[in-house]
Amino acid sequence: MAEKKKKTVKVIKIDADKCNGCRACEAVCSAFHATPKYSSTNPARSRIRVVCEPLKNIYLPVYAGEYTPAECSGRDKYVIDGKQYSECDFCRASCPSRDLFKEPDSGLPLKCDMCEDDPDLEEPLCVQVCLSDALVYEEREEEVEEQESPEELEIGLEELAKKYGKQKILDAVSRIYGNREN
Amino acid sequence: MRYAETGFSLEVDLTRGNIERVETDPEWTQLYLGGLGTNAKILWDRVPPEVDPLSPENLLVFGTGLLCGTPATGANRTIVSTFSPQTRLMAYSMMGGFWAPELKFAGYDRVIVRGRSPGLVYLWIHNDKVEIRDAGHLHGKGALETAERIREELKEPKAQVLAIGLAGENRVFYASIEHARSSASRGGIGAVMGSKGLKAIAVRGTKDINMARPAEFFQLCQQVLDYIPKRAQDPVKGVPPILAGIGSPQEMAIHDEKWHTTGFAWGHARRRRKDFWTPERAVEWKQTQDQAVERLISCYNCPMKCGGIVTHPELPTRKYMMKCYSKLTYVMAAMVDDLDFGFRIAGKAQEYGFDGYTTPQVMAFAIELYEAGILTDADMPGFPERNDERFFYLLDKIAHREGIGDVLAEGVYWAARKIGKGAEAYDHNTTKKHEQMPIKLGMLNPIFFLMYATGEKISITQIEGQIPQAPLPKDYREEFVKDWVHLPTGKEARFKKFILEWGDEDKRFPFWPPMDLVCELVDWMETMHYIDDCTGICAGLSSFPIKPPYHIHNLPLFLSHATGIDIDEETLWTISRRVRQLVRAVNVRRGLRRKDERPPQDHWKKRFPELEAQLLDQYYAFKGWNREGIPTRKSLENLKLDFVAEDLIRRGILTGGGGTPSEATATEAAHK
Repeated sequence: MAEKKKKTVKVIKIDADKCNGCRACEAVCSAFHATPKYSSTNPARSRIRVVCEPLKNIYLPVYAGEYTPAECSGRDKYVIDGKQYSECDFCRASCPSRDLFKEPDSGLPLKCDMCEDDPDLEEPLCVQVCLSDALVYEEREEEVEEQESPEELEIGLEELAKKYGKQKILDAVSRIYGNREN
Repeated sequence: MRYAETGFSLEVDLTRGNIERVETDPEWTQLYLGGLGTNAKILWDRVPPEVDPLSPENLLVFGTGLLCGTPATGANRTIVSTFSPQTRLMAYSMMGGFWAPELKFAGYDRVIVRGRSPGLVYLWIHNDKVEIRDAGHLHGKGALETAERIREELKEPKAQVLAIGLAGENRVFYASIEHARSSASRGGIGAVMGSKGLKAIAVRGTKDINMARPAEFFQLCQQVLDYIPKRAQDPVKGVPPILAGIGSPQEMAIHDEKWHTTGFAWGHARRRRKDFWTPERAVEWKQTQDQAVERLISCYNCPMKCGGIVTHPELPTRKYMMKCYSKLTYVMAAMVDDLDFGFRIAGKAQEYGFDGYTTPQVMAFAIELYEAGILTDADMPGFPERNDERFFYLLDKIAHREGIGDVLAEGVYWAARKIGKGAEAYDHNTTKKHEQMPIKLGMLNPIFFLMYATGEKISITQIEGQIPQAPLPKDYREEFVKDWVHLPTGKEARFKKFILEWGDEDKRFPFWPPMDLVCELVDWMETMHYIDDCTGICAGLSSFPIKPPYHIHNLPLFLSHATGIDIDEETLWTISRRVRQLVRAVNVRRGLRRKDERPPQDHWKKRFPELEAQLLDQYYAFKGWNREGIPTRKSLENLKLDFVAEDLIRRGILTGGGGTPSEATATEAAHK
């Protein structure tokens, strides 16, 4: 099933040392994803968030990732360059433990889509507005061994085979469809 | 639906503990935009001139600019307006940071505070939920510390907080309101907040701000963002580094302080030190600054890095945030040559919540009085020998209003009169009872003369901009005017000619340029500031620097596309003029007259009383004011300010014909 495939990997390189904490990325993200586009601004709807703790000199842009139905047990602390971060500061999940990366009205999860648009944008907007270069967009070609992901039907059949045995399934299929034209 | 604004004010009565969300009249947006304009209208309508600034009847308005919360770069200003305990006039100070956009996202264009709380409280605004909360435990706490504590106790790390320190609680007449890396400092508005028993306002908002014409508006925003890096590559030549770029003066990034340290006056605005900036000093100061400034930071949605996170081993507050030129104000006023002192004392002063411009001057004034024997050891027991220690001593005394600090807490003008014994003679650098920039120069500058004399903000940096402060090098002038797109329609040729000629033989101050051109230039600079103060766009991107990204040609488009109200250049100019006229009227009703409009006598060595009087006459006429500086009935009516004219006539300030009853005495005063 595995085969080599060329794939464009889209990456945003985050240089937190360069972040000036202006949150232009949050503003523009929420505007881009408004319907109609740019019709409203609301950083609470943004799919990027800058963790700002000026009096600790902590500035950390974080992108919204996968939704998680349950909070994790991780509550570790990280100390980097003498500054203490919580594990949550780095986490991209839309998670029940916090109000981050959720639509403020509905609570539905938000996820960064790299400003998917038609036609494609040159760079995601957060990168475009970050004149400090804390956010830099990178694209690279990668050859990946891609595992074809099984389709729903296959998953179902495999489960049935596990329960009834392969032969019974084959028999059933030929009995039902064997004599028909389509 | 309302666009760009929320359409609601939050009315808070601290005496009764009442909170109301009140819908605003959409017509006001067309007439006054928002920010300063609307604040001025509210103060005119609701605070009669006899109200004492520190009484419960005074209003304290925290306004947001009309464009705050939109994607417009740098639209983040909070405009705080009230009446000043120091000048007794309208106090009108602003700050950047994050507070104004957050308030808009919470669903309000402004917070109007009246009354006085029986105990110290803070306000917590979380979208539709608004609470007045006890702040007894925050009494005497530093402004930054207060913000941190409130965020912790609310468990809202994203809440934006503005707060006063001890200076505000004790109603020091130059107490500031501090927020993040910004502060609204001028005019003693922190004292008004203290008099209301209000320690802080915390706000968190998660609602939308809507755009009327989204695609068009966004395109404009992108043009501004494209321009900023291009402009950075193309600094204005022939001016000091501090004036070559855009943004608020880049004090946290720039090390070359020759311009400030040799151009501005040291001590109590007394003398220039033209030989101060030596190569050794430059190395030493650079080291100090690099050690102190950990990171350059910005306000909401702005790429300019005008602020810095400052760290100092001796600071009790670990770190604080600084911007602009307060790193130098204490150093220069104290005559301490060490920049490290500036970083050290500014941190403490910010926690107390002090205005970084007025405070050093008041302390330098106190040292002068001590050295002159007017203040003695009896007034200042244990007064140290060294100036740096003296400044810390005085800072503590003033914040606590302890001993002599209680007198000095009212600023140079009032303190001089309370102290007496000849102290009045040392009050040499105030205008309208407020400490001016410590600048002492040679030749009268007619442009700056008018700005100092008539500027309602009473702080000169707040209305200057657009043009260089000195003639440009001759061989650069042509190049400079080539891409100068910022000029108002119809004035292009005239203003370009001014730049091309300025500095030539016989094209020098004070009798050049012609007075009508002086008026037009001053009016242009001021108009641009008034627009910013209504839109909430930072002056650092607009009215303050030379060749900024925002100007009279794109601002009308920003406003039109944001609000859906069609505003062209002429309309915007008219709105700005209306707001200017209203602010003037508010102050005229409180007694402001021509006699008050005088820059410090020693601001320039060479003064020209007759010329100055003519300049004022001409500028007043240009502005639609009579010889007393009072807006005429006609000019008010032309700007749809009939209600102002009626009130001024009813009070006898204007006659029915629009003149002033006391015109003769005014002319006399002007020629004094």
